[in-house]
Amino acid sequence: MTRRDWLPWLLLAAAAALLPWLFYDWGHHRHDGFVVSMLSQMGMMTILALSYNMLLGQAGLFSLCHATFFGFGGYATVHFINAAADDTLPVPMELMPVLAGLAGLALAIVFGAMATKQRATAFAMITLGIGELVATAALMFHHFFGGEGGVTTNRMIDRSLFGLSYASGIQVYYLILAWTLIAAVLMRLQTMTPLGRMANACRDNFERAQFMGYDPRIVRFLQFSLAGFFAGIGGGLYAITYEIVTFDAVASPLSANALLMAYIGGNMVFAGPVLGAVLITLLQSGVSLMSNSWLIYVGVLFIAMVTFAPGGLAGLIMAHGPIFRAGRLPRLFVPYLRLLPPGIAAIGGFVGLVELISFLTIGEAQGRHLVLFGSPVDVASATPWTIAAAMLLLGGAWLRHESRVFARVWQSLTSDLIEARG
Amino acid sequence: MTPAGPDAPAIRLADVHKSFGATAIIRGVSLDILRGERHAIIGPNGAGKTTLFNLISGRFPITAGSIELGGQRIDTLPPHRINRLGLSRSFQITSIFPRLSVFENLRCALLWSRDYRYSFWHLLPRQRALNAATEVLLEEVNLAARRDTPAGLLSYAEQRELEIGMTVAGGASVILLDEPTAGMSHSETEYAVALIRRMTQGRTLVMVEHDMKVVFNLADTISVVVYGQVIASGPPAEIRASRAVQEAYLGALDQ
Repeated sequence: MTRRDWLPWLLLAAAAALLPWLFYDWGHHRHDGFVVSMLSQMGMMTILALSYNMLLGQAGLFSLCHATFFGFGGYATVHFINAAADDTLPVPMELMPVLAGLAGLALAIVFGAMATKQRATAFAMITLGIGELVATAALMFHHFFGGEGGVTTNRMIDRSLFGLSYASGIQVYYLILAWTLIAAVLMRLQTMTPLGRMANACRDNFERAQFMGYDPRIVRFLQFSLAGFFAGIGGGLYAITYEIVTFDAVASPLSANALLMAYIGGNMVFAGPVLGAVLITLLQSGVSLMSNSWLIYVGVLFIAMVTFAPGGLAGLIMAHGPIFRAGRLPRLFVPYLRLLPPGIAAIGGFVGLVELISFLTIGEAQGRHLVLFGSPVDVASATPWTIAAAMLLLGGAWLRHESRVFARVWQSLTSDLIEARG
Repeated sequence: MTPAGPDAPAIRLADVHKSFGATAIIRGVSLDILRGERHAIIGPNGAGKTTLFNLISGRFPITAGSIELGGQRIDTLPPHRINRLGLSRSFQITSIFPRLSVFENLRCALLWSRDYRYSFWHLLPRQRALNAATEVLLEEVNLAARRDTPAGLLSYAEQRELEIGMTVAGGASVILLDEPTAGMSHSETEYAVALIRRMTQGRTLVMVEHDMKVVFNLADTISVVVYGQVIASGPPAEIRASRAVQEAYLGALDQ
C-alpha cells in the first residue's frame, strides 16, 4: 500500500462528509432527513458487507449467519447505553461501538469455535444453524432480546467526548461515518497481516497451508472472530441510530443481505462490498418508495451478477483497467451505446410486467391507480400487458444479439493487448 | 533436541502398514533415510510411493507401525505439526496458491518459520527482513520476472519451480518431493534437477521420481517399492545391477 492507494479512500470519505450538505434546506435551516438516514444506513451496511467479505472473499468461507454478530452487537449496545444512562457504565457515546464490537467478538468466538471446525459446505450448514438458533433465541429470551418488541433505548445520555447530545440525525451520521472509516481502514490493514494473508492462502489451497506449518482451522477461527468483531461495531451503530433493536437485526434476511452486498459489489476486491452496500441501500431506500417489488429487482440483479459477472461490480470495473491504461477505452463507447436501447427495452418490459402483476395482487386492493413510467395505465386492458411482454421478448432477443457484437469487440481489444505485451 | 540425538536417521519407518478399507496399500515398510542423503523412491504405478509420502507427511494416518522424524514419533501428528518439526513436502499434482502472486506464495511459505504465526498486528509490507528473504528466494527459483503475476497464470514448469521454492522456503531439514519433474520437457527437467540440487544442499531429500535419468543423476540411495513393500534399497549401481529389481521393475523400462 503506497500513499496513492489511499487516495480513493480519502476522496470517498470527503464525499461522504459533504454529501448531506448538498441536500441541506438553507431556507428552513435543516437537513434532509431522508438523505441523512439513507447515508447513515449506507455506513452501517458498509461495515456489515466489508466484515462479511473477510469471510466470503478473503477466507472463502460461505457464512449464513453474519447478521447474528451484527444484531448481537446491536442488542448489547442498547443495554450498554441504558447502563450508561443509569451511570452504571461510564462510557461516552463515541466509544459505544467498541463495546458493541467486543460483544460481537465474544459471540463469534463461541460460535466460531463450533463452525470453523469445518470448511466449505459443512461450515455453511453450521452457520445456517447458528443463525436460526440465535434468531429463535431472540424471540424466546425476553430479558436480553425483549421478544417481538425488541429492546429500546434513548441515545441522549449526555455522555460525550465532544459535548454532543446526538439529538439530531446529522450528529449520529458523523459518528457513523467516523466509525465506518475506522473499521474500513482496520479491515484493510488486516488483509496485509500474516493472518489476513494466510486466510487468502487457506481459501486458495488449505492443504498447502497445512504443509507450511499453519493449522487452517485456527486461521478460519481467528478470521471468523475478527469478522464478528467488526460486524458488532456495525450493529452498535445501528442501535445508536434507531434506538431500538428487534429480531430483524439478527434474522436471516439481514445475513442474506450481507452476502448480496458483498457479492454484487465484488468479493475479490477489498472495496467491492462498499459498492454493494451503497447500491443495495439505494435500491432499498429509493426504489422501495416507488415500488413494492424492489426485492424482486435485487434478486434478479443478484442472479444476473452470479451468472454474468461473478467478480461483481468491482470486477467489472477492474476488467476495464488494462483497456483504459492502453488508451483504448473510447473504442468501447459505441458498443456500449448500442447495448443501451435493447437493454432499456428489456428491463422496461420486465419492470412493466412485474409492476402489472404486483398491482393486480396488492395495488388494486388498496384502490389505487397504476402509474408506469409517468403515465396512467389501465390494468384491465390487454394493451399494457402486450407492450410489456413484447418489450421484454424483443428487447431480450436484440440484447442477446448486441451482447455478442460487444463480446467480439471486447475480445479483439483484449487479445490486442496481450499481443502488444507478449 | 530429539532424544535419539544426532545419530538418529532423518526418517525411520518401522513396519508401516496402510489399508484403505480391506485394501492393503502399504504392507510392512521398514526404511531408514539417513541425514543429508538424497533418497529416491522408485517403483511401478500403484506401488504405493505417493501413499508412503502421504503417511510420512501426516496427510493420512497409518494403520500400523511407526514413523520417526529425527528420532521423534510423528505418526500421530497432524501435517502442520510435522511441518513445524522440520519436514516439508511438494505434491504430485501442483499445489500452490493460484490467486496469490508469486511473491505472496513464497512469502506465505516463509511466515511460520519466521515466527509470525497467526499475527494480525504485523503489517507485512513493513517486515524488511522477511521481504528481503522472499526476494532472495524469488531470485533463487528464477521467477523474479513473474513476481506480481498470480501463481495460477504461470506456465506448468514455472508452477513446479515455484512449488519447489515454497517447499524449501521454511528451512525444513527434510524435503519430500513427489515427482518434481513429471510432465516437464527435456530442458525444463534439466533446469529443475539443477534447481533441486541447489536448493536442497545440506538437507535430506526424499523424492518419488519416474524419470530414471533424474533418479540416477540425483540420488545417493534408491529404494524400490513394489506392491506396498520395499524390495531393494541401496546405492544406484547396486540397484541397477540387482536382478530382483530388474525383474520387478526396471526390465519393464527397456521394452
